[in-house]
Parts: sequence; structure tokens; C-alpha cells
Amino acid sequence: MFVGAVFFPLLGAIIAGLFGRWIGDKAAQFVTITCMVLAAICGVTLFFQVALGHSPQTVELLTFVDVGTFEVSWALRYDTLSAVMVGMVTFISTLIHIYSVGYMSHDPSKARFFAYLSLFTFMMLMLVTADNLVQLFFGWEGVGLASYLLIGFWYEKDSACNAAMKAFIVNRVGDLFFMLGLALTFWTFGSVEFSTIFGSIEQHREATFAGYPAYEVIGVLLFLGACGKSAQLGLHTWLPDAMEGPTPVSALIHAATMVTAGVFLMARMSPVLEYAPVALAIITVVGASTALFAATIGCVQNDIKRVIAYSTCSQLGYMFFAVGVGAYQGAIFHLFTHAFFKALLFLGAGSVIHAMSDEQDIRRMGGIWKKIPMTYALFWIGSLALAGVPLFAGYYSKDFMIEAAFAGHGWTAKYAWFCGMAAALLTAFYSWRLIIVTFHGEPRADHHTMEHVHESPPVMLLPLVVLGLGAVFAGAVFYPYFVGHDWAEFWNGAIVNAPHNHIMHDVHEVPSWVPLAPTAVGLTGILLAYIMYMFVPSIPGKLASTFHAIYLFLLNKWYFDELYDAIFVRPTRALARMLWQKVDAGVIDGVPNGAATLAVEASQGAVRIQTGRVANYAFVMIAGLAVFVTLLVFGAAR
Amino acid sequence: MNAAGFPLLTLLTFLPLVGAAFILTLRGEDKVVAENARWTALWTSLIVFALSLILWFKFDKADAGFQFVEQLDWLSEFGITYHVGVDGISVLFILLSTLLTPICILASWDAIQMRVREYMVAFLVLETMMVGMFAALDFIVFYVFFEGVLIPMFLIIGVWGHSRRVYASFKFFLYTLLGSVLMLLAILLLWYRAGTTDIPTLFEHAIPASLQTWIFLAFFASFAVKVPMWPFHTWLPDAHVEAPTAGSVILAGVLLKMGAYGFLRFSIPMLPQASADFAPFIYVLSIVAVVYTSLVALAQENMKKLIAYSSVAHMGIVTLGIFTFTVQGLSGALFQMLSHGIVSGALFLCVGILYDRVHSLEIARYGGVAKIMPAYALIFMLFTMASVALPGLAGFPGELLVIVAAWKVNPTVALGAALGMILGAAYMLYLYRRVAFGKVTKQDLFSLMDMSPREHLVFAPLVVLALWMGVYPHSFLSFFEASVTALVQRHEAALGAARLAGM
Repeated sequence: MFVGAVFFPLLGAIIAGLFGRWIGDKAAQFVTITCMVLAAICGVTLFFQVALGHSPQTVELLTFVDVGTFEVSWALRYDTLSAVMVGMVTFISTLIHIYSVGYMSHDPSKARFFAYLSLFTFMMLMLVTADNLVQLFFGWEGVGLASYLLIGFWYEKDSACNAAMKAFIVNRVGDLFFMLGLALTFWTFGSVEFSTIFGSIEQHREATFAGYPAYEVIGVLLFLGACGKSAQLGLHTWLPDAMEGPTPVSALIHAATMVTAGVFLMARMSPVLEYAPVALAIITVVGASTALFAATIGCVQNDIKRVIAYSTCSQLGYMFFAVGVGAYQGAIFHLFTHAFFKALLFLGAGSVIHAMSDEQDIRRMGGIWKKIPMTYALFWIGSLALAGVPLFAGYYSKDFMIEAAFAGHGWTAKYAWFCGMAAALLTAFYSWRLIIVTFHGEPRADHHTMEHVHESPPVMLLPLVVLGLGAVFAGAVFYPYFVGHDWAEFWNGAIVNAPHNHIMHDVHEVPSWVPLAPTAVGLTGILLAYIMYMFVPSIPGKLASTFHAIYLFLLNKWYFDELYDAIFVRPTRALARMLWQKVDAGVIDGVPNGAATLAVEASQGAVRIQTGRVANYAFVMIAGLAVFVTLLVFGAAR
Repeated sequence: MNAAGFPLLTLLTFLPLVGAAFILTLRGEDKVVAENARWTALWTSLIVFALSLILWFKFDKADAGFQFVEQLDWLSEFGITYHVGVDGISVLFILLSTLLTPICILASWDAIQMRVREYMVAFLVLETMMVGMFAALDFIVFYVFFEGVLIPMFLIIGVWGHSRRVYASFKFFLYTLLGSVLMLLAILLLWYRAGTTDIPTLFEHAIPASLQTWIFLAFFASFAVKVPMWPFHTWLPDAHVEAPTAGSVILAGVLLKMGAYGFLRFSIPMLPQASADFAPFIYVLSIVAVVYTSLVALAQENMKKLIAYSSVAHMGIVTLGIFTFTVQGLSGALFQMLSHGIVSGALFLCVGILYDRVHSLEIARYGGVAKIMPAYALIFMLFTMASVALPGLAGFPGELLVIVAAWKVNPTVALGAALGMILGAAYMLYLYRRVAFGKVTKQDLFSLMDMSPREHLVFAPLVVLALWMGVYPHSFLSFFEASVTALVQRHEAALGAARLAGM
């Protein structure tokens, strides 16, 4: 069962990927979905057994590397943290597989799509069950590969290819730091296995690296790695572009699972981070800034998927600042609930796109809520959960994080609280802007499209309904375990809070207005959206023209892409060309080629010695022989 | 006598020559001769490969010394004997050579139609030289094989290459020969001092530090060109572009390993002090190789040139790992050499598949190939990912170990090496994107056939190895362990002794 939860998806991926062309689309879909269902059964059972039954376990599989003291194995580590992730990933992935049957029904290469989805799930499971940093890195890069393949799924589109490359390369920037963090971890602890590292935290606390405490450096390096995968400020540019992939992919990879890998890594490394206050402060600031920054952009985007993508980015920022203030449990809780409602929103968006004949621009939608009532209702549920309206899933997790920021120490926590509150307002605002513009108002699509607007088939609606239930109940049901009364027992040491970290306790002691504030702010945001887009629709246009510079700044995503293009991409290309044509072909190759030319000229001079007279040759030969013999006799005798 | 019970290494070395001699006796119609030559070469190389598997199974991994040793009198009055044997460092390279040769012969099956007999002879002679070089335990024997490799390779590029083949083959020959001459001088010097060219004996022979420097430089001249290290690398892209596919495979797969092997076999054990002194210099060259050639690869418009430059970058990781003098670094370097042999060989075969169909190496000539040749696209993707060191594939364990080891020596160096991760992903994905993805704009590409059964057969062993080395590298790393540990210990002991003497 431990092995099955992880390896069933791989089996499905191999069968569908290699034999898809022979067994046909139907069979490939059947095989991958069967494998996923089996994995989900294992995964959910394990969640109950390991997390709720408190029986962590490690399954050794195979030696990977054993060089000197550098020992790494393939092993599956099941503790509460892994079990939560395995349960969530297998469950959501199964739903998305089922949804894809409907969504991809017109695509010519279904087998390939399902193989990629299953491959991704396998890699993600390897990541979360890793027992050491190297295996984690295997899953880490593996999900990167799957994401690359899926973003570039429609590889005949240039934009999809470019987005895929961008995702992989930007992620690689983060991976570079991950790799260095891994190296430093090894030289600090003498191991990269989690049990060894966590067991010797106390011993190595004084370790330094280049004058800095080693734990701080490890924390910062791994965080930079996490920034790449989790699209934090600076390395976020790939995520919105990744929406080029099919929508189920966006739901699974770029919302529910892969992008949360960075948060997972931080929670996994909590024993080390607890003794790295500076690293935590950096995490808090970057996370909080991302939460606010992405929310500002989300308010002005016009592509339905991009709005949700920026919302994902923003929610990941929340999770990071929760980690930063030491409330890892809260971050994982939000990760868990977010997976449900964000997958719901993406799949709902997929339903809308499906209904609108592949239109993604919300300016060309509108007036469709009566035609697709189920999707509309589910979209509402997802948005309510996202905005943190009471009783919905997001309310429990998001409020907890904001309260944790309030209860946290230092100016960084205050900053996080401020950003969190501001982002909560914007989140509610852009969510309802999206709902209103997409579903209400006058139809802005052409007549032909409007005639074809239809509710999705049951195979797509069923997963939506299940996710909708999750978005409603996941928060209330699991609150006591994740962060409520039973948290210490539930986590069972899988996440470590150092003795000096009382945040899990302090959160429940904040003044009574603090838990109410996010809700109030959220409702304000919703109201604002109604005023601006429903009742007085002339306001947005006026605002945009009055604050034209700010509007453009937001619309162009703070000009990050342009900036990177100017300072990284283009100089690198120019440098590459220069090195090749000037240095390599000119200088380095020029020297020997020049020498060769010189030699040719010299030999042309030497040609004159070749007189053609036999006597001359004979003379030279005899002289040469004499020299040679002399050397041989006297030289060898020494 | 040895674990095999018969002179295995000698047999492995000279059996291909017997096959070559047999092919030379073939007479008759051109077509028939060509066909017979192909089959003879294939069978010879397959038998050699089968025999070499004995090494895999019978090699004692716990023993750091030389195994399967054979020693015969040759020029004993000069202290030179025919001495061969393998240890953990060399054994897998013999297997790599014997594996790649039949693959190359199979890959040339239809591509070579001119002078088939001579081509096959050249390949078998090349195999003799490669195996002999990795097995040699006498410096003169080593030198003979080391230089002997040049001759068949020179001919393969010069006769069966593309349009600028003569320029490329001469460049290749002169570059490598020039370095080797200096090495010969160093060998003579060693022989003059020690009275023998027996390698295990020379390991015990201490050389004064001042002399070590000079000998190191002489060795360096030869090995650095072979690796090739920046800035001695410019012969490589030209040689690769002009060489026929199989020539490129052997060049990248085995010949590039000769330089790094030389560093491991001679420079480090015999010249510990000089190696330590020159290490920072090597780091710099290695990092420059990684960053600089990766950037140059990014700008390439020719598929083979791009992969050739990527080879230089990968070999930069190897030289870096070797000169960290740590168990992780050396093992990582050795692993990287093996995996690069498999992966870059396979990438050149991938290029060859397209070249055989379209007769162009220009990247711009392609586009959208994934649509037309799905099986090919999958294999090309696999090796692209192996080349960018995706964990789970062959390229990763070596790079991981080297970066970990480099961090110990100097974090800046590790950062430089790790930069290759980003740049490597950039140039390989850019290549893949332009060749395989996108819309098919060139109408004639629609008629391309996906891979034939023979081509599948060529790739099958490489695919298996790429996955095996990625998932279970331990089965390869365990070969090195004893020898590398011994080497590191001896190196540290030698440095310690020198430090004591200096005080």
C-alpha cells in the first residue's frame, strides 16, 4: 500500500505513454484512471492510517548512491506531513483525470496527455514521500519536467513552447540554489537524510559557513529554490505564462499541487528553519510581498486563467509568510484547503472556456450565468472559499495565517499582517470582478459562440461537485486536526516548532477584533466589486484613464518580463553570440589557424631548397644520418 | 593467472584486429564485400562485447589494485614490458568502448555506402586502440595505443566526413599530436629517472616537487587538449561537425574520456604535489569551460556543433571533479564520464537519424519533427533531459556528486558549476524546441519516416543504460569505490609527507 500509492500512477503513465498508440485512447484513459483510483484509495487510506492513526513509517527501496560518506537511498517516508500531501495529491489528481476525459475529448493526442498527467502525479508523490533531499530533488525536477511537457502540450503553438521553456529555465534558477543548499546541508550534517538531519539539529547549531550560521545559509538557499517552484516574487514570471497548457493541467499542477512544493519543502525543513531567524524573516517579507503584489496584478488582468494564476501566486505568498512567522501547520493547512478551491476555480474556468468555444478573454464573455448554472454556482463556492467568507474552507486556513502574522514577533510579522489584510481585500475584489464580468452583464461574445454555450457533460461536472464539497467542508472538518485543538497530536513531530516558538498557542490569544478583520475586509472587497462592475460600470474605465500609469503598470505585470528580458535574456544572447563569433572563432581558433598560415608561408620559402637535384638530396640524407647515429650512440650512452 | 583464467584483456584488445584482418581478405563484388564486411565487423564487435562482460561479473569491487593482470617480456632491457590490467577506474571504460563499437557499426549500416570495407576496418582498429589504452599498465604501451587512436579517427573524419572534412581531420590530428609530443618527453624523463615505464612501479616512485611541475605541464598539454579543456577545445566542434555520425559517437563517447582518464591515471597519483598546486588553475579553466561553452552552445545554429560545445561544458564538470581530490568528486567525475559517453553518444545518434533523412545539420532546416516522428521525439527528449542532468536519468548523479564535492573545496566554484544547470537547460531545450516543436513549415519533412527497427535496436541499449544509470547509479559507482578511496588516501598521504619534509 505504501508503495502502491506512489507507483500506481507511474505504471499508468508507462502504459499510456509507451503503448498509447497501440491500445487506443479509450484504453489509455481507462488504464491511467484505474491506476489513479487505486493510488487514491491507497493514499486516502494512508492518510487515515498514518496521520490520524499516528503510525509513521519509512519504506526502504534501493540504494541510490553510496560514495564515501555520501549515502542516499530511494525510500518512502510516511509521516503526517507526507500522508496529508499523498492523500490530497492522489485524491485531487484522480478527480482531474476524470475531468480531463470530458475536457480533452476533442484532442487528437489523449493518450499522451493522460500519460503526462500520471507521470506528473508520480513525481509529485515521490517529492512528498522523499526521505532525503536528493530524492526530494528527483521529484522536484520530475514535476518540473512534467510541467514543461504539459505546458508545451500543444507544441505547435509558439506561445506554448516558449512558456514551457520559460517555466523550465526559471525553475532551474531556483534549482541551482536548491542544489547548493543540498551541498551545504551535506557538509553541515554529514548526511542528506531527513532523519539524520533532524536527529542532529542540536549538535550542529553552532556550525558556520563563511562566517554566517550554517542554518541561516541553508534556509536561505533552500528558500530560493522554493521560490522558483512556488513562483514567489522575482521568480514568479513563469506561472502566468504556464496557463498556455490545457486547463486541467493548470488546475492540477499550477494551482493544487506542484506550485505548493516549495511550501512543502519549507515545512519539511522546519527543524532547521526554526534555528534560522534571519532566513525566516526573509521568507516572511518575500511571501508577504508576493501575496500583495500578485493580488494587485490580479485586479486588472483580462484572461480568466491568468486572473486565477495570479491569485494562486498570491495565495502561495500567504503560505510562505505563515512559514516565515513559524506557523508551518497553518501554511500546510492552507495548502490543503487551497488545493480544493483553487482546483475548483480552475476547472470551473475550464468549464467556462469549454462552453465559450475556447474563449479565454473575459471581455468577450458575459451574460452566460443562466446558461451554465452549475458551473456558475460552483464558481461562486470556489470564490467564497478563496475570499475567506466564514464557514467556507478558505476562511479557516486564511484567517489562521493572518492571525499568526498578527501574533508573530518583529516588524516582518507586522508587515506580513498588513500585506495579508490588503491582499485579502484585493482577493475578494478580483474574485467578484471575475464572476461579474464573466457571467453577468450583456453578452459580449458573438452570436455564433453564444448559441453554443452549454453546460459541461457530467464527467466534467462530477469532479467539480466533489471539489465543491471539499471547498465547503475541508476547512471546518480538518481545522481541529491541522491547527486547532489536536494539532500537536496530529502532526506527531512531522513539523517541529522549537521550544522558543509559541505561535501555535499565541494565535488563539489574539484580540477579538483580529479574527473578524479579514472577514470584514473580504466583504468590503466583494461590495466594492459589485459597485464597480455591477451597479456603476463606468467607474473602472474612469479609474483606468485617471490613473493611467498605475493601470498600465499593473496590466503589464509590473514590467517584470520586460525587465528580465532587458537585463538577462538579451544580454545573454548577445554575449553568447559574441563569445562564439569573436572569441571562439576569432581569438582562440585564430591562434592555431594563424600558426598554420605561418607554417604554410614558411614552407613555401622552404620549397626553394627543393632543387630537384639528386646530389643535394643525397648530401642532406647522409648528413642527417650522421647526426642521427651520433645521437643514438652518444646520446643513449649518456 | 587472473580471474578470467585466460588472457582476457589481450583477447579483448586484439580480437578486433583479427576481425579487421579478416575483412581485408574479403574479395568479390563490391556489394557483397560491403555486406560481408558489415556483418563481420558487427559479429566481431559483439563477440568482443560479450567477452568484456566477464569484466562486469568477475571484477572484484572490494579490491583497489589491478586485476586481470597480464605481464609479458617485451623490451625488458629497457625496463619496458607488455603489462595490462584494470582497476576500478579503468574497467568500466573498457566496457563503454566495447559497447559503443557495435552500436556505431550498426548505426553506420546504411549511412556508409562508400568504401564500406575500409570503414569497418578502421572501426575495429579503433576499438583495439581504445581497449588497449584503457588496459595498458606500461607507459610505453599506453602511449602507443593513446597515439594509435588518432590514426583510425583521422581517417574516419578525413575519408567519410562531410564537406570540410580535410580541414577538420588535420586540425584534430595536429592539435592532439602536438600535446602528445610533450607527454612523450615527460615519459622519457620518467623512464630516465626510474629506469622503468611500468605504471604501478612508477606510482611508488617519488618525484621532487620542482620536477613534478614540469612533468605536470607536459602531461597537461596532452590531456587538456584531449579532454578538451578551455581554451584548447576548438578542434572539437569542427571534428564533430565533419565526422560521420558514428565517428562523432566514438569521439564524444570514448575519445574525450582519454584526457580525463590520463589525469586520473597519471597526473594525480604520480604528481600529487603539482596536481594540488595546479588545482585552482584547473578550477578556473573548468568553470570557464562550463559557463563559456554553454553560452557559446546557446548561439549555435548547427545541431552537431551545439552538442559538441555541450560536451566541452560537461567535461568541465569532469575536470573539476577530478581536481577536488575528494571521493565524491572523483567518483562523480568518473560517473559523469561514463554517463556523458552514453548520453552524448546517443544525442549524436539522434542528430544522425535526422541527417540520414534530410542531409542537413542546420537547426533552422527542421521544426515540428515531433509531429511526424513521435517515437524519435520521445527518445530525443529522453536524452535531452539526460543531458540537462534531470534526476532519474544518467546525467544527474555525476553532476550532483561533483557539485557537492566542489562546495567543500570552494562554494564559488560550486556555484560556477551549478550555473551549468541553468545554461544547459537553456541550450538543450532551445535546440529541442527548434527541432521537434513548432509547426511543420518545411513541406518535405512530412515525408520523413519514423525510426526503423534497426534504429530502435541502436538506441535500445542506450535508453536502458540512461535509465539504469539514473535510477540505480550505485551499481556503477560501486566499481569505483575501492580504487577511488585508495587514490584519495594515497594523494593525501603524499601531500602530508611533502608537508612534513618541508617543515
